[in-house]
Amino acid sequence: MTALATPPASSSYSAPTLDTAADLDEMARQIRRDIVRMVTLAQSGHTGGSLGMADVFTALYFKLLKHSPDVFWSGRDQDFLFLSNGHISPVWYSTLARAGYFPLEELATFRKLNSRLQGHPATDTHLPGIRIASGSLGQGLSAAIGAALAFRLDKNPNLVYCLMGDGECQEGQIWEAAMFAAHHKVDTLIGIVDFNNQQIDGEVSKVMRIEPFGEKWTAFGWRVLECDGNNISEFIETVHLAHSMSRQEQPVVILAKTVMGKGVSFFEGTMPDGTNWHGKAPSKDLAEKALLELAPTRFGDF
Amino acid sequence: MTKSKYESRGDKATRAGFGEALLEVAAQDERIVGLCADLTESLSMKKFEKAYPHRFFNAGIAEANMTGIGAGLAAAGKIPFIATFANFATGRSFDQIRQSVCYSEMNVKICASHAGLTLGEDGATHQILEDIALMRSLPNMTVVVPCDFSQTKRAVHAVAKHRGAVYLRFSRPAMPDFSSDDEPFDIGKAIELHDGNDLTIIACGVMVWRALQAAYQLASENIFARVLNMHTIKPLDDAAILKAAQETGAIVTAEEHQLNGGLSDAVAGVCARTLPVPIESVAVMDKFGESGTHLQLLEKYGLTTEHIVQKAKAALKRKG
Repeated sequence: MTALATPPASSSYSAPTLDTAADLDEMARQIRRDIVRMVTLAQSGHTGGSLGMADVFTALYFKLLKHSPDVFWSGRDQDFLFLSNGHISPVWYSTLARAGYFPLEELATFRKLNSRLQGHPATDTHLPGIRIASGSLGQGLSAAIGAALAFRLDKNPNLVYCLMGDGECQEGQIWEAAMFAAHHKVDTLIGIVDFNNQQIDGEVSKVMRIEPFGEKWTAFGWRVLECDGNNISEFIETVHLAHSMSRQEQPVVILAKTVMGKGVSFFEGTMPDGTNWHGKAPSKDLAEKALLELAPTRFGDF
Repeated sequence: MTKSKYESRGDKATRAGFGEALLEVAAQDERIVGLCADLTESLSMKKFEKAYPHRFFNAGIAEANMTGIGAGLAAAGKIPFIATFANFATGRSFDQIRQSVCYSEMNVKICASHAGLTLGEDGATHQILEDIALMRSLPNMTVVVPCDFSQTKRAVHAVAKHRGAVYLRFSRPAMPDFSSDDEPFDIGKAIELHDGNDLTIIACGVMVWRALQAAYQLASENIFARVLNMHTIKPLDDAAILKAAQETGAIVTAEEHQLNGGLSDAVAGVCARTLPVPIESVAVMDKFGESGTHLQLLEKYGLTTEHIVQKAKAALKRKG
């Protein structure tokens, strides 16, 4: 049996508790295996950004977020997370499944007809874990602000997270939202930007420069943190720092530096011809080679 | 003729009806929040802002963001009424409405004033005549176009109770307030304002008053027109349209909107698929507006009582 084949469905899954840095790294590696297998089975999807954000998603769902699949639909007693750059849905779907939101075997339906795992996150398929559709870029931060305002009105003490892409920050709506959040003192909101300097057409700095990026957020009234988004421990520390800076009348954004395609050497960063692995899936042969760089884990493939 | 003649109780703006009713529904349901994009006075939301300062958010001149924030509020259980001029509420924010509101099944109320030619002197940049077409094209969207101050108030109450995205279109100038509180506002259910079996005039918004005047004028010439106030463009009251087609055999539509994609196209589609009858349209014929008073513009662009009367006679002639 090749690594790409689907093993029999297991019916009794419960999300593991991950205590150590090694546990979290192993889960991130499993999520990367899931991503490679999902996009390869679908022969479409966004490989690079999904692999790059596996560490951030692992840290969020297995360490940082106050959340539970059991209470998700109630909307109560939990943090809210919005993924604005919806094209990295593979990493979100895998993480949600690994965290117990829906059956692991459903990951094999990604991008297939009648699947709840749409190419970009959708709500009309009622997949637990997702509150709003995203895909057309630039819209998620506004939604996250709206949720944070609702929390304020309800005296709900929980936090709202919004994940964005750096290329996505070329969209004007992001800066409309940034201005609003500072003006209205939305201080229970933590933005996290996947700062990988990659977009479809190449490096962000070459396609449409966003620098000075941190200074832009500062100028818009946000407090800005930077970290290595591929170092789980450093990312967790940074989010804890963001927590300590919240509720001080300013929103906080974390610029998480990541490497597109992280974990598979030949998917990482910019290819010799200037392209990247933003929006394409590998062939089955290439995927088998990729999985050799992502050793199997105790969590097992879907 | 079974209905008594409608009289105007005086001129009042539909946007004022929106402002009054928003206060009323907000008092009844604390989930209701208001957002406006730097047009609080124009949208008649000053009283709401004063009464509920914590439930009002000014988004500044940033309509796309306001739409997204509305979606996020709805995702967390609120009922946001987001309000601005119809042009910015729809055309400028279409992608946000499509993805964050409609596709995401969010309970957001998009409240749009200053729609159409009756915006007047500001001219074509602000006189959107395409908003009904944009909004009725979207799955999960309800499109409501009330006819006067009083019906706008009833519409706001109905919209607040309705679960799901709504586009509520109203306008700037003071116009005859004539609709009756005896007419319940049921979303998707047309209201018959005048009885007749020679033809049917189906109108929405500011054209409903003119449709009534046309029916009265026609009656004096022994032509009896049924008048339907089609206050909901989506979901359209197919049953009322087909009943009208069956019983009266000819239809005139009247709207302050482009012909393409508006009420007329919607009505014609229903009839063409099931029961084709002659249809004449009073609408803006593929043109942008211009500066002028609202009455001058309605005259120049063919949206008056007299135009409806002419189209009614043309429809009757085709009916044979």
